[in-house]
Amino acid sequence: MLNISHISKTFNPGTVNEKKAITDLSLHLKPGDFVTIIGSNGAGKSTLFNAVAGSFLTDSGSIVLDGKDVTFMPEFKRARMIGRLFQDPMRGSAPGMTIEENLALAAGSGGWFSHVSPADKKRFRDRLALLDMGLEERMKQPVGLLSGGQRQALTLLMATMNPPKLLLLDEHTAALDPGTAEKVLKLTRDIVAEHKITTMMVTHNMNQALELGNRTLMMDSGNIVLDIKGKEREGLTVKDLLLKFKAGAGKNLDNDRILLS
Amino acid sequence: MDPSALLAVGQTALELGLICSLTVLALFLSYSMLNVCDLSTDGCFTLGAAVGAMVAASGHPLLSIPAAMLAGMCSGFVTALLQTKMGIDSLLAGIIVNTGLYSVNIAVMAGSSLVNLNKADTVFTMVKDLLAGTPLENQYKTVTAAIAVVLTVVFLTLFLNTRLGLAIRATGNNPDMVRSSSINPVFTTVVGLCVANAFTGLSGCLMAQSQKSAEINIGSGMVTIALASLLIGTTLLGRGSIFTRAVGMVLGAFLFRLVYAVALRLNMPAFMLKLVSSVIVALAISVPYIKAQWPTIYRRLSYKMVAAARKGGD
Repeated sequence: MLNISHISKTFNPGTVNEKKAITDLSLHLKPGDFVTIIGSNGAGKSTLFNAVAGSFLTDSGSIVLDGKDVTFMPEFKRARMIGRLFQDPMRGSAPGMTIEENLALAAGSGGWFSHVSPADKKRFRDRLALLDMGLEERMKQPVGLLSGGQRQALTLLMATMNPPKLLLLDEHTAALDPGTAEKVLKLTRDIVAEHKITTMMVTHNMNQALELGNRTLMMDSGNIVLDIKGKEREGLTVKDLLLKFKAGAGKNLDNDRILLS
Repeated sequence: MDPSALLAVGQTALELGLICSLTVLALFLSYSMLNVCDLSTDGCFTLGAAVGAMVAASGHPLLSIPAAMLAGMCSGFVTALLQTKMGIDSLLAGIIVNTGLYSVNIAVMAGSSLVNLNKADTVFTMVKDLLAGTPLENQYKTVTAAIAVVLTVVFLTLFLNTRLGLAIRATGNNPDMVRSSSINPVFTTVVGLCVANAFTGLSGCLMAQSQKSAEINIGSGMVTIALASLLIGTTLLGRGSIFTRAVGMVLGAFLFRLVYAVALRLNMPAFMLKLVSSVIVALAISVPYIKAQWPTIYRRLSYKMVAAARKGGD
């Protein structure tokens, strides 16, 4: 599904601020894979997502998504195949527009001059009802009035309105309160399972990293130092994971936001 | 002020307000929706006036409307291109285009800074002929402007609710989200500015034909006047559907002209118009900010006062 081969990215090359964010990274995902990613501060997790989503072009290597070479495809074109959620719940929706208008834009059905049809409205309503947040009764309200959790749930809905080939979740529950985070996570699971979307998720919650999905990657200094899947992953505890990381990266996992329990 | 004079004041305000409200609606699209303060508005207004006047003077009053709109569109296209494809800040892009348009406008008016339409047919005279014999005969200017405004409001209401319109609105609101909806924000900015400037051009065209002349300074200060009207309109009807807000823009333009016309009647010299509009824009934008700052200012003041009182008491 996703084939990343030997990509590198250096920021501010040739200056004192030079930062090798990703060095010669390769990764292959099978259709339906759900990969959790953990790593130290500045390990390159977000850079990897930015590279895949096309926020910038890589310095070398290639990225192939669903058989299509997207190495030089601009971000907005890749967005047709990639859904993405950020830690900041405000980033995924337009606050000055209503819930309905946001969904209509995300659904993207019809031509440039098409209006939202009654059928679309019904579809939006049904999808919103799945969130169980009462948003289906507030479709005419501006999104700016929603709470962070509600906005993140809405963004999730928008990102998966037309099921993408790849879903990138960049700590998308980290800024939410525990209760809401739980709810958004459950929704994520349900939607991903329903449409069998290939998913990559950055988390700083070690338990979550092991519980969710079928594969766990650990990153350090711009590369993948540990790739755990299949039998090896079953029954693995957080402690095992930390030991494995030390063996792989040659140092302790250093992340000031990591949750061990 | 006697009633008939009052009526005349209202009449002028309505007529000018309607014509200028087209520019306000243009800014409604660029300023309120795209979040771009389009400083080429002055030049674009004059461009519309110049092109409209030249085409009307050559005997094609009907053709002057699409010609002026097309000219405005071109100007908007250049402004949009400068800011999206050439890395020029949006304010600077507007200023650059505005400066360039000065030469273009004189060139359009065949090297002169004034085009006279006294003997030419205009859309207004055409409507006047059409209305001959009906009770509305003397209101022909207002009727013409009203038709243009109604059509524009209807168009904007429909347009801003299409998928393209939603994308344009989201571009000013959250460009990240536009990109993640697989729409290029560069494209929406270009389309938005083209449409907005078409209406600015139309506004200029109607203004020139209504006063039967186009001159190079016809649009100077237009962006401030239109912004003042826009802010008044937003205060009145800033919330609700696009239609409500667009009507608010027209109302804002009318109210602004009304206040100004009344002030003129009260012997305020005509040259004060631009100062009045500047003050309105500055106030309308700064008042919410100062209001938000007020608790801090108040607390600091009262803190100082208590401290001073304590000192005095010792």
